[in-house]
Formats: sequence, structure tokens, C-alpha cells
Amino acid sequence: MISDLSEEKLKDLELKANQARQLVIEMLLEAGSGHTAGSLGMADIFTAFYFHILKHDPKNPAWLDRDRLILSNGHICPIRYATMAMSGYFPVEELKTLRKLGSRLQGHPHRTSLPGLETTSGPLGEGISQGIGIALAAKLDKKDYQVYVLTSDGEHEEGNIWEAAMFAGKNKLSNLTQVIDRNFIQIDGDTENVMPLEPFKAKYEAFNWHVLEIDGHNIREFIDAIGQAHGIADKPTVIIANTIPGKGVSFMEKDCLWHGKAPNAEEAKKAMEELKAQQAEIEQE
Amino acid sequence: MLNPDLKLNQNLFEATVEKKATREGFGEALIELGETNPNVVVLTADLSESTKVEGFAKKFPERFYQVGVAEQNLVSIAAGLGISGKIAFATSYAVFSPGKNWETVRTTIAYNQSNVKIAGHHSGIMTGPDGATHQSLEDIALTRVLPGMTVFSPCDAIEAKKATLEAAKINGPVYLRFTREKTPVITTEQTPFDNQIQTFWTSEKPKVTIFATGYLLYQALLAARSLAEQNIPVLVANVATVKPCDEDTIVELARESGKVVTVEDHQVAGGMGSMIAEILAKKRPTPIKFIGMQDAFGESGKSLELVRKFQMDEKAIEEAVKNFS
Repeated sequence: MISDLSEEKLKDLELKANQARQLVIEMLLEAGSGHTAGSLGMADIFTAFYFHILKHDPKNPAWLDRDRLILSNGHICPIRYATMAMSGYFPVEELKTLRKLGSRLQGHPHRTSLPGLETTSGPLGEGISQGIGIALAAKLDKKDYQVYVLTSDGEHEEGNIWEAAMFAGKNKLSNLTQVIDRNFIQIDGDTENVMPLEPFKAKYEAFNWHVLEIDGHNIREFIDAIGQAHGIADKPTVIIANTIPGKGVSFMEKDCLWHGKAPNAEEAKKAMEELKAQQAEIEQE
Repeated sequence: MLNPDLKLNQNLFEATVEKKATREGFGEALIELGETNPNVVVLTADLSESTKVEGFAKKFPERFYQVGVAEQNLVSIAAGLGISGKIAFATSYAVFSPGKNWETVRTTIAYNQSNVKIAGHHSGIMTGPDGATHQSLEDIALTRVLPGMTVFSPCDAIEAKKATLEAAKINGPVYLRFTREKTPVITTEQTPFDNQIQTFWTSEKPKVTIFATGYLLYQALLAARSLAEQNIPVLVANVATVKPCDEDTIVELARESGKVVTVEDHQVAGGMGSMIAEILAKKRPTPIKFIGMQDAFGESGKSLELVRKFQMDEKAIEEAVKNFS
């Protein structure tokens, strides 16, 4: 059962999420550009996926029965790359090549560049639809793998998202689970100022999805929600994960300036100090 | 004369010549593919009748997806199927797909290298009374600029069927361009279909080579016949595969005649004629005239009235050849 999670395992996941955040800071410092806030904000969820939820094999990324994890808002790929490297898809050292000439780690993820990526993404709004296509293929092939699509809240201003939401609801795609990074920021500011999404939950309910809302930094709560989603047989599930953009680095948290910015050396040093202090705290618990 | 090696329709110039829309050939091919390949799936955006996928939908309902009027969703669902072992045919009108949803096609199908076949229907001013909003004159340009995209523009229903069957064999993105109206059947089952440009009308010592794509090939053949009666020999070549293009044949035919006219129901900017011009500019600079839409929008009218008005018909082609000094 997905929901079986010992205290020991939970602590291990929390440490791994912290490590992933440290890798994100190091990668982005090295790259000199990239998206910091969303990457830090989704560290707990990516860690839960790669180290507990996903049925996958990093040494055989094309395994036909693997669960599919699709990242729709491709700009937060640093956190995906970090957790993929940590789980053995490629050497952690390679993270330093992010956004550089010849790298497999493109600035926005490209499926055929790096084994283990399911889709190419970056232009927003396209992930749920591709997840639907993969979920339909699973049904035709009588495969029982799960399709998980990660989206962002700002991305929901794209019409394609609602086209996909209608289709998945109508077709009762129960093998499809969406996780929305609800962090309330986008490039031009607060999502509710740029273009209000609330009542977000009611919108998805009206589109015939099963809706759960959780704290995106509570790994146990998130894993329990995934477990619940697996039990829903007649609808797709959406988990609205409330997250703090920039989570773990005090001066980045909830500041939309950090949406698309990388830290300089001094900022990275401060960020690493904070993250290492958090690491020590978790270790002492 | 008509090239005897290509086994073309012998009734081509008779008043009784059979007429059939290229979209009919597409629909027939889909049913054949459905029967022979369980991985073939079909999607449409509320246009199952006019894109001729009804037959497939009835026979293989479990492999047919209705996405509603949502062309971005159409191609991105197809992209997901195409990277999961399926051969996905996504059908709509060309103005909407790959028009309206072009960036989604670029990212999720072309760059993503997904095994999707985009069927763009109702292309060209030939779409007629619906008017300029529905007459796609840009789709060849939109698709041929995408790396890895194969672009087929068949001349008749038989060739459309062959192009559709061929598209299923290609592991990667393909664009198929179809026409609404019934047009003369030029080829036969025995006519070869491959990536090579075939010379449908041959002459000794040709003065001009006419490269035509789509149903307008028929107008080019009518012009060639009329010109032959006036002792003006020309070649007429069928460009069914716009990309990857058959550079060697294009250069060879241009060398043989020394002058080129291109014919397409599409904007002259960025279309098949531009493709020919790019190759000739690089490999064998040759004087060239472009027949097609001259940077304008169409309007409502009967199909052939529009073809005449916008000077893509037999007479316009003939004049272009005769005025080539």
C-alpha cells in the first residue's frame, strides 16, 4: 500500500527533499539562470514521487509498465532533474551541466534528450492532454500503470488545461491523477490578481474530477492523497497541493521575483546555510 | 503527353472523368489501417463527417476519440498516444489544425517526436462558399518549417489513400493536406507513390517545368495539353511529398527546361513553390514564377470560380508559361 509509511521512512524522505533543495540551489548557481521558487516549492512532492510513489526503474527508464510522471510546467525541471539524479537515472555530477551547451538537461525538459522524461514541456497547458493520451493508451493496452501529471496554478489560465479537464472528466479517466502546485505566484505577481482561479476546487468538481486539497510540504498527507486517488474508480483525481514558492529559503519564500531567477553566489551561500541548518534539525529529530 | 510509365487515368481529359475528394481516399485508408493495425487510433475535433472518419469510428469505436471543438487538446492528446506506441491520426480543418494549435503541434508532436499524423482538411480557396476564414492557405508553410515533419499534399483521392497508408508506416510526425471538393482522379492504383517527384506530363526539349501540388495538378495538366497543341512543350511534375523534398529531381527538371512555374492552392510565401525556389537558389539558380495566393485572403464563392478569380486555373498557368521570356 502506498499509504504504508513508517516514521523512519518519512524522515528519510524529508532528508532527501532537503538534499534535493540543496542540489537545486547548486545547479541554478552553476547555470546562472532558471526557475528557483517553483523548484524549491515542489521538492517534497517530487521526492515523494521518486522515492515512494512511482513504480519505476531508473536503470530501465523505458520499462513499459512504469508509472508515468509528466511535468506540464516544465520550467521547474531543476527539481525533477535533482530527484531523478538522486534516484539513479544519471550521475548527480551531471546536474552541473543544466542549461549548458551539449547538456542532456535542457532549460526546459526535452523527452528525447534524457531517458526518464516522459514528455517535452515548457509551453504551458499541454501536460494534462498528453497525460490523457498516455492514459488512453494504457487502457487500450490493458496496462495498469498510473499516469501522474504535475501542473501549476498559473498554468490554469491556459485554455488547453480546461479542454483537457473536460475530456478527462467526461471519459472518467481514473488512471490519471493531476497534482497542481498551488503556490499563488506567477511571473507578473499573485495569481488572484493576474487572473483569479478561485473557487479552484469547485471548478474541478464541476468538471467531474475527484478533488483533494493538501499541504504540499506534508509528505505523509500527500502520499495519503495519492493512496486515496488510487481508490477512485470512476473519475480522474486532482490534488491541489498548497505550497510555498521558494520553500526552505526564507528570503525567497512567497516572492514572485524568484519565479524565474537564479541565485548569485552570495544568495546561494545564504540559501545553503539555511538548508543545511534545516538538514541538521531533521537529523536530530 | 501523359507519362505512360505512371499508368495514369486514361479518361483524364474526358468530360466523364471520375471525380472524388481527396478526403474520401483518407477515410478509406483509415478503415484499411484499422483492420490491419491495432495500434492505429483516430481523433477528431467535432468534425467526424467532414473529415471522413465516421467509417473508422463506426468500425472501431474503442480506438476513436471525440475531443469536441478543442484543437489544442486534439493534438496534445494525440501526442500522448503517439509516444505510447500508438499511431494517432488527428483530424480537423487545416485552419484550426495545424493553424490554431500550431505551437502545440510544434512542442508536443514535432519537438517531442511523437508518432502523430495531422490531417488538415478543407485546405485552400477550394473550400469555397465558407469564405476566407475556413480556406487554409498557410498550412504547408506552417508544417514544413517544423524539423522532422513529413508533408504530403496528394493530387487526388487515390494518391490521398496511398499517402495516408504511407504516413502510418513512418515512425514520426506527418502532415496530410486534403481538399473538400470532388476533383478529377488523375492516378490509378498502379501509379507509383514514393518520395520521388514524378513527371506526369513529358515533352521533348521542354521550355518550362511546371511543379504542381494537390488538386491543381489537374489544371497544370490541362494547361500542358493546351500548350502542346500550340507547340510549346512543357513538363508537369507532381509534388506529392513537399517534405522531405526530392532535391535531385527538382534540380534535374529545372536543368532540363531552364525555367520553372510552381502551382499550389496556398500562399506563395512559404509553400511548395518557396521550397522549390530555396533548392534552386542553392543548387541551380533558375527563373521561376509562382502561381498561388499572392499575399491575399480568399472570399466566398464557388470553388472553381475562386480558382479562376485568384488565377490558379488552367488559363493562368498557360499564360504564365507563354509570358515567360
